[in-house]
Amino acid sequence: MKKFTLVDAIVAPMDRPNVDTDAIIPKQFLKSIKRSGFGPNLFDEWRYLDVGEPGKDNSKRPLNPDFVLNQERYQGAEILLTRKNFGCGSSREHAPWALEDYGFSVVIAPSFADIFFNNCFKNGILPIVLDEETVDDLFKAVHDNAGYKLVVNLQDQVIIMPDGKKITYDVDSFRKHCLLEGLDDIGLTLQHVEAIHQYEKNQSKTTPWLFADAEINDN
Amino acid sequence: MAGRTLYDKLWDSHVVREEADGTALLYIDRHLVHEVTSPQAFEGLRLAGRTLWRPQANLATPDHNVPTTEREKGIVDPVSRLQVETLGQNCVEFGITEFGMDDPRQGIVHVIGPEQGATLPGMTVVCGDSHTSTHGAFAALAMGIGTSEVEHVLATQCLIQKKSKNMRITVDGVLAAGVTAKDIALAIIGKIGTAGGTGFTIEFAGSAIRDLSMEGRMTLCNMTIEAGARAGLVAVDDQTIEYVRGRPYSPDEKSWPQAVDYWQGLHTDMDAVFDSEILLQAEDIRPQVSWGTSPEMVVSIDDEVPDPQQEADAVKREGMISALKYMGLESGMAIRDIPLDKVFIGSCTNSRIEDIRAAAAVVSGHKVSGTVKLAMVVPGSGLVKAQAEKEGLDKIFIDAGFEWRDPGCSMCLAMNADRLEEGERCASTSNRNFEGRQGRGGRTHLVSPAVAAAAAIAGHFIDPIRLEN
Repeated sequence: MKKFTLVDAIVAPMDRPNVDTDAIIPKQFLKSIKRSGFGPNLFDEWRYLDVGEPGKDNSKRPLNPDFVLNQERYQGAEILLTRKNFGCGSSREHAPWALEDYGFSVVIAPSFADIFFNNCFKNGILPIVLDEETVDDLFKAVHDNAGYKLVVNLQDQVIIMPDGKKITYDVDSFRKHCLLEGLDDIGLTLQHVEAIHQYEKNQSKTTPWLFADAEINDN
Repeated sequence: MAGRTLYDKLWDSHVVREEADGTALLYIDRHLVHEVTSPQAFEGLRLAGRTLWRPQANLATPDHNVPTTEREKGIVDPVSRLQVETLGQNCVEFGITEFGMDDPRQGIVHVIGPEQGATLPGMTVVCGDSHTSTHGAFAALAMGIGTSEVEHVLATQCLIQKKSKNMRITVDGVLAAGVTAKDIALAIIGKIGTAGGTGFTIEFAGSAIRDLSMEGRMTLCNMTIEAGARAGLVAVDDQTIEYVRGRPYSPDEKSWPQAVDYWQGLHTDMDAVFDSEILLQAEDIRPQVSWGTSPEMVVSIDDEVPDPQQEADAVKREGMISALKYMGLESGMAIRDIPLDKVFIGSCTNSRIEDIRAAAAVVSGHKVSGTVKLAMVVPGSGLVKAQAEKEGLDKIFIDAGFEWRDPGCSMCLAMNADRLEEGERCASTSNRNFEGRQGRGGRTHLVSPAVAAAAAIAGHFIDPIRLEN
């Protein structure tokens, strides 16, 4: 995973609550066995006027002019501003893959669905929770100012507005560390191989029926 | 020390190590694998030169992409076929047991886990699928994970996680005839909303929950994710233990008494305290029908489509207006008057034998309405299908004009050929009514199997007990 650095970018507003992962990346694109290339199909059903299919040349498809990401003023956006419960529904990690592939590295909302929230951190995306009032204010600012940008600093956990005002936010310290360093969770966990073996040894006495496979008992 | 909740106990017994900030390494007993969310995880292992920590802790089956008709011809769509074949190859390469498309035990991953005894009380169960919450019906801590975590579990048999808060939803009383676990689930989501359970593990308790069959409890826990909670739980009772007895992956006779003894401790202590408590009375719950594009947009079958102008919250009001537009409904319309184009009975929510029986009981002696284009039953597994056929239920459906299909996820998410066309309206026993979920432009109404079956007969929604004989 690449390291999360300072983001200074245009904000795109998605003014609806409960945006589900089916909307973020529709099911037909989940048939891919790859981890990349989902960006052109991000929000596919809202973004295009025709039906998207894997393998279709997306550059030739008719765009929905009303869809926010198709508007000139939001081109190049790296920060998505949205409403509560963003990323609800399916656990598909294709949702953060599509957001990341499109170019988003920060999502700001009053709340997120748990699995999506967790998946973001595994893919270099920072989901930021702000209170409803602050989110309302940001929507207004984005609406009123074409090319509205924010600076998102993860090291100091602060968002800097164009007028220099600062909004602080919380982030789990372990997840922050992993994002900043671009760390691979598996590598971290494998530093604790002995602890896992010890757990298995202890637990195989309490619940032996869960450890019937010999490899565990041999440890 | 204060008493512990069931979730506390399951959590405590699986912590391998814990950091000062509460970040824990949690041991995973069972990992279920399907074709959609696993290929990138296996590829990641290959690229890093990693092996599986414990191959036998995994069980795989293809379910999302598989066809439900003419299976002997294989999968027509080459992209779907590649994904299913990739699962097969990965399972061979990494030594994982797979019930392939031609195996009589193949089915939806959340149906076959419990069916095989691969889901047991006291376990941690994960799968790259949000409806893994289903397995909580067995007092197993079960949750959906993303593909990065699938890879993590394959490589380490652990997950990095922080503990959730505890919520208890108590449903006391007795359900009326024709009211099912699905209606309880939808009524709860209608009450607390799709984010009501975010950050919690929800334990379901109360006499109405105890009275549910294991299939009913699975339906309820399955829908927990639709209330925002990753995991739902029901404590162990005699029914749990009887369900588990004698299944292929269940403990052998030698371990059985020790296992039962352990399982009987899997309940919340009397003096445990929950962070949130919600109460419902079973008698207040009527058959539910969703009207919008989120599972929280739900009313009882006797109600009308709601009026957004009555909603005080502006963001919610906009959501309702947009949902009504997508669904092609007018506020004030009686739910009973909504006509259906298609009926889908299936999915990990409602495709177990009890669901098929409940639908068959309604259908028996009737014909599918001439205004319904397609009514289909998709059993949750090959074994559910075989059991239903043994009981003659397939004949009841076929005689009535239903299609009787092969097992898979099917039209719950329309990754295979089963889908809604633009504007088509469906009574569906699945779990999500999101825009486009069952096909672009398709309109989904979430209901129980009994309500779906009655809708197929009447051509519109009707309380199953009012269907004339």
